[in-house]
Amino acid sequence: MSDAGQTPTRAPLLSLRGVTKVFGAGEAAFAALKGIDLDIFPGEFVAILGASGSGKSTCMNILGCLDTPTSGRYQIEGVEVGSLSEDVLARLRNERFGFVFQGFNLLRRTSAQENVELPLIYAGVSRRDRDLRAREALASVGLAGRERALPNELSGGQQQRVAIARALVNRPAVLLADEPTGNLDSRTGREIMALITQLNRELGLTIVMVTHDRDIAAHAARHVVFLDGEISSDGQRPEAAA
Amino acid sequence: MRLDATAALALKALSRNKMRSLLTTLGVVIGVSSVIMMQAMGEGATALVSNEISSLGSNMLIVLPGGESKGPFGGGLRGAVPFTRGDVEAIGRECTAVRRAAAVSSTVIRAVVGERNRSTSLMGITPEFFDVRGWHSASGRDLDGEDLRQASKACVIGQTVATDLYGGQDPVGAELRLHDLSCKVVGLMAAKGVSTFGQDQDDFVLLPHTTFARRIAGDEHVGTIMVSAVSEARTDEAKAQIESLLRQRRRIRGGEEDDFNVRDMREIQRVLGTVTGVLTTLLASVAAISLVVGGIGIMNIMLVSVTERTREIGIRLAIGAQARDILQQFLVEAVVLAAAGGALGVLLGVLGALAVAEAFHLPFRVPIFASAIAFAVSVTIGVVFGVFPARKAARLKPIEALRFE
Repeated sequence: MSDAGQTPTRAPLLSLRGVTKVFGAGEAAFAALKGIDLDIFPGEFVAILGASGSGKSTCMNILGCLDTPTSGRYQIEGVEVGSLSEDVLARLRNERFGFVFQGFNLLRRTSAQENVELPLIYAGVSRRDRDLRAREALASVGLAGRERALPNELSGGQQQRVAIARALVNRPAVLLADEPTGNLDSRTGREIMALITQLNRELGLTIVMVTHDRDIAAHAARHVVFLDGEISSDGQRPEAAA
Repeated sequence: MRLDATAALALKALSRNKMRSLLTTLGVVIGVSSVIMMQAMGEGATALVSNEISSLGSNMLIVLPGGESKGPFGGGLRGAVPFTRGDVEAIGRECTAVRRAAAVSSTVIRAVVGERNRSTSLMGITPEFFDVRGWHSASGRDLDGEDLRQASKACVIGQTVATDLYGGQDPVGAELRLHDLSCKVVGLMAAKGVSTFGQDQDDFVLLPHTTFARRIAGDEHVGTIMVSAVSEARTDEAKAQIESLLRQRRRIRGGEEDDFNVRDMREIQRVLGTVTGVLTTLLASVAAISLVVGGIGIMNIMLVSVTERTREIGIRLAIGAQARDILQQFLVEAVVLAAAGGALGVLLGVLGALAVAEAFHLPFRVPIFASAIAFAVSVTIGVVFGVFPARKAARLKPIEALRFE
């Protein structure tokens, strides 16, 4: 699995070509990405590393269709994203991607179950199926029995598990994780990383994770390092630890 | 995303902030309830006026000497040829659409009983008066044909005169002096109370027209003829018959104008209806303005809510909500707020109208039409004032909304 990226015959799942992103205009313009080429293959576990301001989060947002490139091409399974409407992008986010954020981003005063059901509501899944699938997803992250709990009644690790369950409930192709352990203590962080690694190994879920922490990145098979809006290194780490 | 899921979402969001939701929609509550109260009170007043006029008899006509006047309240021409009792009898006899015709002549006089006296309205009438007005003595008797023939010194008095001149005692059989005419009270009219326009309707003395003519007025003139048509539907016919008969009797030639005037109570009712209608519309428009102000209140809070929940919107967009889902969510929220306010307003308005009707003794009807309109308007206001904040929410870019602190 770790050598998936080396097989030239396999088509990339996500493909960036010459992607730039410029914030602001004129004198104040700032180029966050300066022409990125990046291919992510199915089943890969990629860590995107770099200092803050290196462009790694911007790249992640473009991969997740939360943001659009200023120039360059982005293809998902061979389909050009630049030409798609906002509504189609929303559907892609709903069906193809699952997001996990540093700050969990659960809806306040909304139960774990309801948070996990949200993507299914937007996908138009019936009430009964929503209930069933959300329960399954919560059970798969080890939160069976906590369906009624509100976010403020859960620990940080549990909240991130809810977020992971929400990301997985629509059976996406890619899990995009932005500093998933950033708000957690190191022990809970390791538990979350174990869960993410397990998803990659057992379900073959493609994972792209942004982090600035080398220890966390060590779980990933491939490291892409950003420096000042460009990729400074991209390589496999056969010794990736579990 | 289906509407039922959105509606559930909106209800949930609103119930999380119950106090704020209530305060937000208070403007609509007040607007709707005042529209309904004003409407109900206006309708009550109109109904009261119509009742009063129907109690006069909606089939009643009044014939006055003098030419065409400007309005229903305008007086006849001075110096016009007065009617005679012969005219009155002819109308009663010859006009087929007329049930009864009564002669009425009136003046103001001082009525004296012992030490007490009171300035009151004195009317000389023919006995048909009681039938035409549909109003009779509560005790004693009405004046009758015998009184008229003999020009008897008998009178019937109103409740106010009775109370003022006889204290609490039964006036029937007592003496009453009008100038140098001393007459006997034979009847006491049923009480009518104060009219909508503040006039005491029980302040009068009735004499047989013959007695009035000989002892008070000194002539046989008839000031007014009160006529009741056979039915309300035949008032127009009665009016035409009276006009043609009087033209004949008063020898008015073809091209000449009438020198008398037949008035129809329905005309008066129409004018009064217009007056109360204008008042009602005016009050209701003032109330409607407060409804619009309520709508602006909703818009204001919805805008605040969109800003507060920018991050929530970002999360929803990130997990696959489309712009229209967000639009729907906030729009439904505004409409639910406005509709809830409308429903509460209808309830309070109806209760308020009931209370006012009780307090002022107005007739009360549940204003179904006004309630339906006010409710529909408040829902519309929810849509109109909800669109702008909802569009603002729907236009947010996912990444900007997610980054919002």
